[in-house]
Amino acid sequence: MAIDVDTNERTAAPAAALSFDNISMVFPDGTHALEDVSFSCVPGTFTTVVGPSGCGKSTLLKIASGLLEESAGSVQVERDRVGYVFQDATLLPWRNVLRNVELLAELNGVSKAERKEKAMTAIETVGLAGFEGHHPKRLSGGMKMRVSLARALVRDPSVFLFDEPFGALDEITRERLNDEVQQLFADKAFAGLFITHSISEAVYMSTQVLVMSARPGRIIDRFDIPFAYPRTPDLRFTPEFAKLSGDISRSLRGGHS
Amino acid sequence: MTLTESAPDDTTIVSSSTSTIVDDTSTSDTSTRKGSGVGRFVGSLGPPAITFAAIIGLWYAITYLLLEERRRFLLPPPHEVFDTGIYSFGSGEWGNNLGDSIQGTLLTGRAALVGLIIACIIGFTVAIMMSQSKYVERALYPYAVVIQVIPILALVPLIGFWWGFNFRSRVIACVLIALFPIIANTLFGLKSTEQGHHDLFTLAGASRWTRLTKLQLPAALPAIFTGLRIAAGGSVIGAIVGDFFFRRGEPGIGRLLDNYAKDLQTADLFVAVILSSILGIVFFVVIGFIANRLLRSWHESEGTAT
Ligand SMILES: Nc1ncnc2c1ncn2[C@@H]1O[C@H](COP(=O)(O)OP(=O)(O)OP(=O)(O)O)[C@@H](O)[C@H]1O
Ligand SMILES: [Mg+2]
Repeated sequence: MAIDVDTNERTAAPAAALSFDNISMVFPDGTHALEDVSFSCVPGTFTTVVGPSGCGKSTLLKIASGLLEESAGSVQVERDRVGYVFQDATLLPWRNVLRNVELLAELNGVSKAERKEKAMTAIETVGLAGFEGHHPKRLSGGMKMRVSLARALVRDPSVFLFDEPFGALDEITRERLNDEVQQLFADKAFAGLFITHSISEAVYMSTQVLVMSARPGRIIDRFDIPFAYPRTPDLRFTPEFAKLSGDISRSLRGGHS
Repeated sequence: MTLTESAPDDTTIVSSSTSTIVDDTSTSDTSTRKGSGVGRFVGSLGPPAITFAAIIGLWYAITYLLLEERRRFLLPPPHEVFDTGIYSFGSGEWGNNLGDSIQGTLLTGRAALVGLIIACIIGFTVAIMMSQSKYVERALYPYAVVIQVIPILALVPLIGFWWGFNFRSRVIACVLIALFPIIANTLFGLKSTEQGHHDLFTLAGASRWTRLTKLQLPAALPAIFTGLRIAAGGSVIGAIVGDFFFRRGEPGIGRLLDNYAKDLQTADLFVAVILSSILGIVFFVVIGFIANRLLRSWHESEGTAT
């Protein structure tokens, strides 16, 4: 299934899987992380947030998933169908790949047979079939990230949150995983909310890119990315791609000053 | 785009027409197991065997080169110790006191083991309670430290006074020595779970109990075993010290050591020392073995090589 999303044409918008309404966040110590953030993620859209370090991007995802509670505003999301991929793979080192992927289903009380079946499917989807019995110690960084993806997939997420998931990987592995996530997105049509420091990654993956200002983070710009899926690596060398990247980069620098 | 110098760690072909991501991951699957069983055995026993030979050599040197003839009873040569204390090839007889010494060692070992088990039960419980509540931790931890810093000898009269000068008091001496390392290390392990892992459990709405059993306890295992190793050594020492002071009932190896020394039975004394070392080693090795079994598949501290 290829999705040709053009977010400019919002006719009869489908119900948002995740929506932020006037979210503000002030930490108990007075750190003002987010200010009046509003946007929503519809199934079949992939939203990427870029912004200077410390502007509150991770905070936004934590609020979306319920790990943090917003100070003001409201979030609407189906909590138990949120897939969350952290910056680190955060695998439990004493569990093998299969048992790591099963974890969330196990904690939610899914029966043994059912969760194993789900986990095996997810492991296959991320291309790790045959590695079920391996412990994280024996996996490369890219493979660990895939296990982490598979673990999130088991929840059959309607919303997929990614917090700089591939920042620690080398460029080739990163681009490969970009394509895999894109593939998953095309297949499952979840609502994606992605965070990255790489503008190129943002443009390549997304249907829209939101630019955040320095702290307190506000959404200062929004770019629709019109390219059809599936996108191929060559897209990165087209003039349209370069122009969008340039615009976003300028917007980011503007937000800094 | 610049091609990076780093090679990909796993090869993936993404085909956009299929619904799954095809991956011909061919990363090496072979675990590295070096050498044959026999080779490894010799390899691991070689170095300590050399040390052993050196010690025996040094022993002979001291006996024959350093000590004058009339003072040689202080350190009889190894073969004499063996002959008198363990087995005489000349007369074909076992050492007179060997049986007693072995029995004493087993009894002391039993005190140490029972003490260690009790210390584990109390220690794990207390550490888990502390990990669940800051309040409990603040209320109990100072007293755990107190138990640790009071010299066990200072408590000997009190223990004897309350529980009698028998086997039970020897066990209590073991518990007192073994308790703190278990509490401190278990608590440290339970508290050093990664925040990312906690977040994961929070996302799944895990209960406290689930978090404890499926996250904190497994994560604490390496630290728990560090504590157990220290506690096991301490428990053996506690049992031997206990033998010295709590002399009612069957004598343990500590009491026999004391007797042999008083009666100038040097050979028997040496055998007793060796037996008590073996006791300590057995405790250490058994715990090391269990740790290796439980941790080797995932923790850095327990690789394939030991
Ligand atoms: N628990 C907390 N208590 C107080 N301040 C916090 C807390 N968590 C985050 N902050 C602060 O809130 C701000 C936003 O943090 P956040 O982690 O969301 O930034 P970020 O945009 O994800 O940064 P980066 O790109 O570096 O990951 C930072 O200044 C951070 O120091
Ligand atoms: Mg962050």
